[in-house]
Amino acid sequence: MLSQTPQTLYDKLWQRHLVSAGSDGQDLIYIDRHIVHEVTSAQAFEGLRHANRRPWRSDSVLATPDHQVPTDNRSAGISGIIDPIARIQVTTLDDNCREFGITQFDINDKRQGIVHVVSPEQGATLPGMTLVCGDSHTSTHGAFATLAQGIGTSEVEHVLATQCLRQRKSKRMRIWVEGELATGVTAKDLILHIIAQVGSAGATGFAVEYAGPAIRALSMEGRMTLCNMSIEMGARCGMVAFDDTTADYLQGRPFAPTGELWQQAIDDWYSLQSDSDAVFDEEYRLDARSVAPQISWGTKPDQVIAINDVVPLAEHGNSAVQRQEWQRALAYMGLQGGESINNLSIDQVFIGSCTNGRIEDIRDVARMVEGHQVAPSVQRAMVVPGSGLVKAQAEAEGLDKIIRAAGFEWRDPGCSMCNAMNPDRLPSQARCASTSNRNFEGRQGDGGRTHLVSPAMAAAAAIAGFFVDIRDWPRLC
Amino acid sequence: MPLTQLTSIVTPLDRANVDTDVIMPKQYLKSISRFGYGDWAFEPWRYASAGDIDTPKAERTPLAECVFNQPRFANSEILLSRENFGCGSSREHAVWGIRDMGYRVIIAPSFGDIFYNNCLNNGLLPIRLCTEHVEQLFLRSQGNTVLSVSVDVSSCQLSVEGMPAMTFELAPSQQQRLLIGQDSIAQTLDEADAIRAFETQHKQRFPWCFGLGAQ
Repeated sequence: MLSQTPQTLYDKLWQRHLVSAGSDGQDLIYIDRHIVHEVTSAQAFEGLRHANRRPWRSDSVLATPDHQVPTDNRSAGISGIIDPIARIQVTTLDDNCREFGITQFDINDKRQGIVHVVSPEQGATLPGMTLVCGDSHTSTHGAFATLAQGIGTSEVEHVLATQCLRQRKSKRMRIWVEGELATGVTAKDLILHIIAQVGSAGATGFAVEYAGPAIRALSMEGRMTLCNMSIEMGARCGMVAFDDTTADYLQGRPFAPTGELWQQAIDDWYSLQSDSDAVFDEEYRLDARSVAPQISWGTKPDQVIAINDVVPLAEHGNSAVQRQEWQRALAYMGLQGGESINNLSIDQVFIGSCTNGRIEDIRDVARMVEGHQVAPSVQRAMVVPGSGLVKAQAEAEGLDKIIRAAGFEWRDPGCSMCNAMNPDRLPSQARCASTSNRNFEGRQGDGGRTHLVSPAMAAAAAIAGFFVDIRDWPRLC
Repeated sequence: MPLTQLTSIVTPLDRANVDTDVIMPKQYLKSISRFGYGDWAFEPWRYASAGDIDTPKAERTPLAECVFNQPRFANSEILLSRENFGCGSSREHAVWGIRDMGYRVIIAPSFGDIFYNNCLNNGLLPIRLCTEHVEQLFLRSQGNTVLSVSVDVSSCQLSVEGMPAMTFELAPSQQQRLLIGQDSIAQTLDEADAIRAFETQHKQRFPWCFGLGAQ
């Protein structure tokens, strides 16, 4: 009679994949899709070899290198990786995929890119799946009504060897968003606003479902941006129910089912919704109309304000620990409490990442910058497409020409300056308008100062040379 | 390596929201080994400037004010910190770093979810303790005082002189793994028949979840 109990989307996904329930709550769940990149997999494959094990199901795995790959000189292939140690890590992935019969889009493949951009665009991420990757932003794939979670390297090895993950079921949280986002306000602003409300650990131990009219109105790209940053409030996974938008995005993708199987899949996928009377352990409600363009001021993803607000004063923190934390953040960021960020000068602009490196993001940027020039005071402004196919699509639409003409660098796909493992790094004390997902100390380069914003806000800041409220900008997206 | 009981002085790291980017900076993630991360952990707080994977230890300038550089904590095996410890990136390298520094236990009010599991997969025990108790432990390790704490994994108890014994939560299967140092993969493969049976019916119901066949 279990099926008659009202269930949330998360409950349904969990139940579908439950192999065995642990007596202490540590259940064994089956994993459908495993995405692999170079940074968190080498030790896992080595572990398999050491224990004389093979992957349980190689055809569940899709691999592509993304963190270490350079975003220029890609015709040089593997030798374009200047750091010899990083090069070994990428060739190790090549070797492991060859040895274990795993499909890889290698550094020379036009489909290579950031794992969380590549898998959805290939249709390798499908509704109703469980999906894992050794990367915390795996929550991105929840946009497809998928149970998608980031895992550590030991768990990567565990999933390779057993096709399963042992874990405790999370509590359920729903974030319900009424209304419509205002012009110039994007999914990025919405998620930054949500994180500021919930807090950087507010969703730890929860599976989050985003729902309500404002979520239904988002494109798949917008939903991916939203789910991507679930981890920044502590949630291992975030998800959105299946609907026509999901189906339209997936139809015709290379790994999506076709013909009769597609019909059968669609019939099943429409059941991937929370029942109307399902109970959540926690619920937040907000109105999209109240969300302004957002910007982070500090060094944690919940240290975020609306662009027309002022940076908080450290003494207004709610505890001694928070006051101390805010003080450190302000000092690191070179800011004063009470100061306005609107009009604050910037040194660099980074547009890309698994949060905002998709075609819709690049279209937003092109629309904002067409006919303008990057301000002379901005030392560097770059646009890094999330995958080779995003790059090709943007070029087919002529977006690269607009972006280059405005004075931006048009780079090759990869994680780039989001985590600064490749040579794209922010110098110490340089202030950056970034469309990435983390503003941690040193994340984009030692001493670098990151302000998280939407692509449109980053583009406008590049042109102005300082942060602006894009609702006052002549070319709204 | 099994962990049954331990008595050690505590290293007090008085910060909240310590993220894994700080615990193990990006440039050390290019290593393909599981070991050797101890000198790199907490680099931005331990050393005057950033190094790289091949920087000799002799060329590093340790910052005297950092707890990790203070001789009185040199043999500490228990790390104490504030809420949301290990948040952010899933990089297990952060856990390898803390382990390679010699720690076996981390005490904090809360942990990042992925980090928490990564700890247990490396024989490192993350103990969630209420904020009040953590605060007391910090108060008792202020100034020049050195606090000694005993941890007993089989009874899930933590004891400090002058304080009532504190109990912490740990799933029995995870406790068992710590006590005997068991390989979690071997444990799961004991259920291989159940996994195969599940897989067969799962494939019948959801055939599109299998393979990358359309390539």
